[in-house]
Amino acid sequence: MSFPSLNLLSQSILSGIFIGGMYSLIGLGLGLSWGLLRQINLAHFGFVFLSAYLSYHMVSVWGLDPLLTLLILPPFFFLIGVAQQALLSRFRISPFNSLLVTFGFTVMIESLIQYVWTADFRKLHSSYGDLKFTVGGLYVPIPEFLTLLLAVFFAFAVWAAMRFTDIGKAMRAMAEDGPIAAAYGINQRGLSLMLSGVCVALASIAGVCFALTFTLTPTQIFSWVGVVFAVVMIGGLGSAIGPLVAGVIIGASEAIAMVIFAPSWAPIVSFSLLILMLLFRPGRA
Amino acid sequence: MNKAVLSGIVVAGLALATLPWLGVAAFWESFLYLMFHWVILAVSWNILSGYTGYFSFGHGAFFGAGIYGTAYLAGTVGMPFLATLPGAVLVAAALGVGLGAIVFRVARVRGELFALLTLAITFVIATIILNTPIDGGPGIYLIGIDIPKLGPSQSSSLYMLALIAAVATMLISYAIYASKFGAGLFAIHDDEDVAEVLGVPTYRYKLYALAVSCGLAGLAGGIHAVFVSYVTVSETFSITVPLSVVLMSILGGSRHWIGPALGAIFITGLLYFFTSGDFAVVGRAIVGLILVVTILFMPEGMLGLVDRWRHNRRKTAAPAQDHVAAETGAVVRLAPKVAPSTEVLLQVRGLTKAFAGLKALNDVTLEVRKGEILGLIGPNGSGKSTFINVISGHFKPTAGEIIFEGQNLAGLDAHRMAQAGIARTYQIPRPFGHMTVLENVAMVAMFSGKGMSRSDALKAAEEFVAFAGLSHRKHVLPDDLNLHQRKFLELARALAGKPKLLMLDEVLSGLTPAEINEAIEMIQRIRSQGTTIIFVEHVMRAVMALTDRIVVLNYGAMIAQGNAVDVMNEGDVKAAYLGKAHA
Repeated sequence: MSFPSLNLLSQSILSGIFIGGMYSLIGLGLGLSWGLLRQINLAHFGFVFLSAYLSYHMVSVWGLDPLLTLLILPPFFFLIGVAQQALLSRFRISPFNSLLVTFGFTVMIESLIQYVWTADFRKLHSSYGDLKFTVGGLYVPIPEFLTLLLAVFFAFAVWAAMRFTDIGKAMRAMAEDGPIAAAYGINQRGLSLMLSGVCVALASIAGVCFALTFTLTPTQIFSWVGVVFAVVMIGGLGSAIGPLVAGVIIGASEAIAMVIFAPSWAPIVSFSLLILMLLFRPGRA
Repeated sequence: MNKAVLSGIVVAGLALATLPWLGVAAFWESFLYLMFHWVILAVSWNILSGYTGYFSFGHGAFFGAGIYGTAYLAGTVGMPFLATLPGAVLVAAALGVGLGAIVFRVARVRGELFALLTLAITFVIATIILNTPIDGGPGIYLIGIDIPKLGPSQSSSLYMLALIAAVATMLISYAIYASKFGAGLFAIHDDEDVAEVLGVPTYRYKLYALAVSCGLAGLAGGIHAVFVSYVTVSETFSITVPLSVVLMSILGGSRHWIGPALGAIFITGLLYFFTSGDFAVVGRAIVGLILVVTILFMPEGMLGLVDRWRHNRRKTAAPAQDHVAAETGAVVRLAPKVAPSTEVLLQVRGLTKAFAGLKALNDVTLEVRKGEILGLIGPNGSGKSTFINVISGHFKPTAGEIIFEGQNLAGLDAHRMAQAGIARTYQIPRPFGHMTVLENVAMVAMFSGKGMSRSDALKAAEEFVAFAGLSHRKHVLPDDLNLHQRKFLELARALAGKPKLLMLDEVLSGLTPAEINEAIEMIQRIRSQGTTIIFVEHVMRAVMALTDRIVVLNYGAMIAQGNAVDVMNEGDVKAAYLGKAHA
């Protein structure tokens, strides 16, 4: 154990907060579909990576601007989400089985990625990649900053939509009791298709941010599963703001664990938090 | 059928054991080794997860504990390989028991929460091993470890070890499947709360199942450590192990002792044909596709299809027409009202149950005498059901004593109450969905009251099924019964443990007047055989006809007790039911 300088510590915490932004941006759609549709969509991670690779391809091969892919990809992924929900609801999948089916999807997506882009490391090089600015002696890299910004923006946008719009209220009613909501005239099928589409579109946005920040390799898909699940469950299923708060807290505490102990100890933070929460406040999840 | 499969496995095992001496290519040995390896992992996973329904995504953690148990003991400490295997088993089992002892105490951690919790634990254990001297980062080399000679070559010795372990695992899985212990596990799968109330020590059983499951996974890990000869954290604790075993078991049929083995053989074979050369990626995609198609089209697996076919055949074989009325017609005879003794069977003192401030039961003191039928009535929400839930042990009382035959049972687990001779029925019948009528009743005969062996219980169950007039439906699943038959199944099940005290929770609700008459007669017959009954009911006709005394609850407190007619004329009781007149 070593105690780092104050500057190093705050720089680490800052980058932890940025990572937390990534966690919560991925977790937002995952938690919404779990809490509102009762589906544990492991394929969410597959979609994040698929979107990241597509964004990489568009930038590196076709020469598009990365921010443009942020506009092109989400509508496309929205349709994928609708299709997936249409399939799952057709077979009336239970929450647990949705975990298994979407794991199957994830494996297929992973194979597809490996087939098209191989297992090599890929890095999206863009004009934004190396941009950074300084605040009070701390470096703020632009891609990470953008991720956090989008995470905050979408968390609050979803929160406001759920709270103030009719569609949002209908969705909450549907999550509470689907058949009863349907009996009162809520189009359950239409809403769940739309919600699933939105969740997967959010995954694609997270994917573009991912490509901007991280080096890509297909086998990494599963290494994000654990920590993002922890973020979603600690933040609360179906909550929009919860994962944002939980993500930032976990990201920051991992960063602290990394500087004080060793980088390889980081995973233990989120999982210990998750385990403690499951054991002592299981009602929350 | 099972016996034939069992001898088939032993014969196949013996035949495969001769293989190394027949000079087959080493490649086939390692291919079959992998098959055995996955059979052990999938079948061992199934002992906890398939039988009890606690789907674990943490099998990789226990497998990894076994790998590192052997790797550390053999590679770092330098113990002989065979001596490390018991160590690997023990480490994995101890890890599982330690974990289960905490996790199984939390009732809400079931289903997907249990799955994710076990997954999280895998990562925690991986992190700990990575950062401590057990591994420390670079991995452990196991080259040059002495393998005892079980075959002509090093690799064939490992092949033999895996073969022995796989056969042993399947035999253990069958032994559990066919035992009373196994019946308890399947009851936990269908409805854990009911299983506990009917006398299954659920907590202990889950721990045992987890220990066996983890121990066998540890064994597979111990052998595999030497097979791969270089052990790293990222390989060992990857997502492959937990997800493959789930896939294999579901594909084969996770309610079967042999299902996961079939799934393991199928998937390993399939993967082999695709992993050669450029097809590895395609192979993975196909495995993913199989998983999707399996869950969508046959969520109960290959053997689940066989099962459904068998039940459908029985269903059509059983007479669809209901003969209950005709059967019971012969015995329709009002049993004489037995004069209840003054001896006290159950004494309840100051019983209080609070749910976060709301007192569902408030300082209730009453006694139940041997041989009587005590009516327990009150408006909706008055605490009747809570009373039954507390006396049966499902809820622990906040305060007060439950003295049954001179012993205070307050605070004991529900299965202890059932074993002491307290039984209950549920207002909405809660049969074990995957067990036939006969198996449902036999379950209780095994676990309630004094308990019986599995074969005795099946014989005894016939009797109680006949008593409830369900003999002609004894081999169908509860889903195929109508409400009236399900209520009678509920009764037969409660009686199968030969309880001293039987609590009937609104057995008459939803029945037609003719069915109510039938049920009243049956309750009288039950009492005439010496069972004391607490009768919770809204049908006042039945309450008046059956009960010796009644107790009235309102807002969780007792407001009256005594003879039925007197009590119903009391002012408080009228006020509770009809409201107070404003003078």
